[in-house]
Amino acid sequence: MKKTKPSKRTRTKQTFNPDKNVRTLITPEGIDLRLRIADGGARVGAFVIDLFIMIITLIAITYILSYSTSGMDDTGEEIIIAVWLLFAFFLRNFYFMFFEMGTKAATPGKMLMNTRVANRQGGHLKANAVFARNALRELEFFLPLAFLLSAMFGFNQGVEGWLVWLGLIWSFIFMLFPLFNKDRLRAGDLIAGTWVVKSPKPILSKDLAGASKPLGRYIFSQKQIDAYGVKELHVLENVLRKSDPKTIKEVTNRIMIKISWPEPVKTDDNNARREFLNAYYSALRGRLETKLLFGVRRTDKFDKR
Amino acid sequence: MTGISLKSHKFRLDREDDWKQLEVLLKRLENRSIRSLTDAEMIALPALYRATLSSLSVARATSLDQDVISYLESLSTRSYFAIYGNQMRMTSRIKHFFQVGWPRAVQNLTKETIASALIMFLGALLAYVLVRTNMDWYFSFIPESLMDTRTPASTTIELRETLYHSGDESGLTAFASFLFSHNARIAILAFALGFAFAIPSVVLILYNGCTLGAFVALFVDKGLGFEVGGWLIIHGATEIFAIILAGAAGMNIGWSLAFPGKKSRMEAASSAGSEAAIVLGGVVIMLFLAGLLEGYGRQLITNDFIRYIVGFSTLGLWLAYFYMPREIDEWNVEDTGELS
Repeated sequence: MKKTKPSKRTRTKQTFNPDKNVRTLITPEGIDLRLRIADGGARVGAFVIDLFIMIITLIAITYILSYSTSGMDDTGEEIIIAVWLLFAFFLRNFYFMFFEMGTKAATPGKMLMNTRVANRQGGHLKANAVFARNALRELEFFLPLAFLLSAMFGFNQGVEGWLVWLGLIWSFIFMLFPLFNKDRLRAGDLIAGTWVVKSPKPILSKDLAGASKPLGRYIFSQKQIDAYGVKELHVLENVLRKSDPKTIKEVTNRIMIKISWPEPVKTDDNNARREFLNAYYSALRGRLETKLLFGVRRTDKFDKR
Repeated sequence: MTGISLKSHKFRLDREDDWKQLEVLLKRLENRSIRSLTDAEMIALPALYRATLSSLSVARATSLDQDVISYLESLSTRSYFAIYGNQMRMTSRIKHFFQVGWPRAVQNLTKETIASALIMFLGALLAYVLVRTNMDWYFSFIPESLMDTRTPASTTIELRETLYHSGDESGLTAFASFLFSHNARIAILAFALGFAFAIPSVVLILYNGCTLGAFVALFVDKGLGFEVGGWLIIHGATEIFAIILAGAAGMNIGWSLAFPGKKSRMEAASSAGSEAAIVLGGVVIMLFLAGLLEGYGRQLITNDFIRYIVGFSTLGLWLAYFYMPREIDEWNVEDTGELS
């Protein structure tokens, strides 16, 4: 009895939304894409990268423009200043909009973090939504920054100082907004009806079960195969894909003990262990998939089906 | 039990080519545009996409290979976004924005625009009355950076000089672009502050009105009322209108957050936000024009009557553009507002 209890708990957890960041998005074709919300780290990382790019660009432009003014008359210099002012404005306000309106719906920072902006309702990401979510950055980032700078360097004596601090606290509420909702929405996302989701590059690795090796050497009995469930299969898959010799050794030993593998272990041969694990993986997957076809998903080793 | 003949492995081998083909097309689609695909590829794309989606649902039901499932999930998600994403050309988006999107969004905000204009007018009136009764109020309304030589202590001649400062034409371009980026920042802030239940937007508009009123009061006090009117209206017709619209957009957001009505708060906020964003986009354009008018027009045109004529005609043009009734057909085209 003791063993069945945890199995029930894990079963509900496993089959229904294994990840709390998963959100349902049903395509018009009726398939749930199971979008993943970008986590806070990816969001901050992307923003820092973008900020860095913006600063570098601004410095580079300043440098180039100031270099090109040498030997110019007053009118030329003035045009350069005008160009710089406009450029700085557009960089600050339209950097994000420009990239997010593109086909990838992501700034360079977001591309690097493999995330993108998407419409919360599904369907098109409209240009005005991109505009709205980025206009709010003025409130979420630049206003707290301005308050912070004036709190640090400006007048901070008496009432004015207190007002600056109050303003700082007030504006930080907007900056920290994403921490207080489960979808990690910025104030801008809320207004625009958007969210930021993961959009990883599709990478297809080799099928572990398809690796045509002389697997005939390892023949497992029904009972030996039935030692594990889907959860363990997935752990085994990850171990094999990472291919770390130490972990492989440990896992091999554990499985051999669990299924009472009669053959003595060749302790110093990593390849032999890999082969063994691969064979066991294929056998286990075959067995579990057959069950799956008959409507039984054996979640883990405690599952008695 | 050798594992060679796993059904899920066969399944993968049979379909892998389709997936890879979709991956290639997708990469081209994302990196360039839909026009980089040939006709044959265009026809193949939706079929490959649907095949991949069906592979995904079969794999979820029958395969235990995590790698294949996560691959198919990310491939399907990317293709979904590429296929159902916006493939509108930039030129037609821009055309739609000017023809339909912008004036319609402004019309939808008529109530807020009137409120915003009244608040600004109220601020101006208040400051005007206060400054006329006691000049000391002037210093509370006008920030030092704007003051320059325009203080109550200045003589009428000095003040007149600031209205017709001309002759020296250099510096206009930089001045115009400074004015634009400064004003546009204020407008975006007025919009963004709407998020805090509109109150800061209202305060910002009121404060802008106060500055305006105090400014006019100073000049009227020295008998330069008519002249300052011309000085203001030549660019103010565009600039002040734009700031009023930005405030209206902010108020709309704040209002719908505070009083969402029948919709959920989130829905109300996002529908108000995307509508107001169109207005704000237009406001930036208006401020760009206002910057040109202020930087060049005002400095080069020093005749009061011409200033008034230019000011009133721009105001008339804006009002006609935004509020003139259009043919119904035109409004209903693309009624979803997707393009703008």
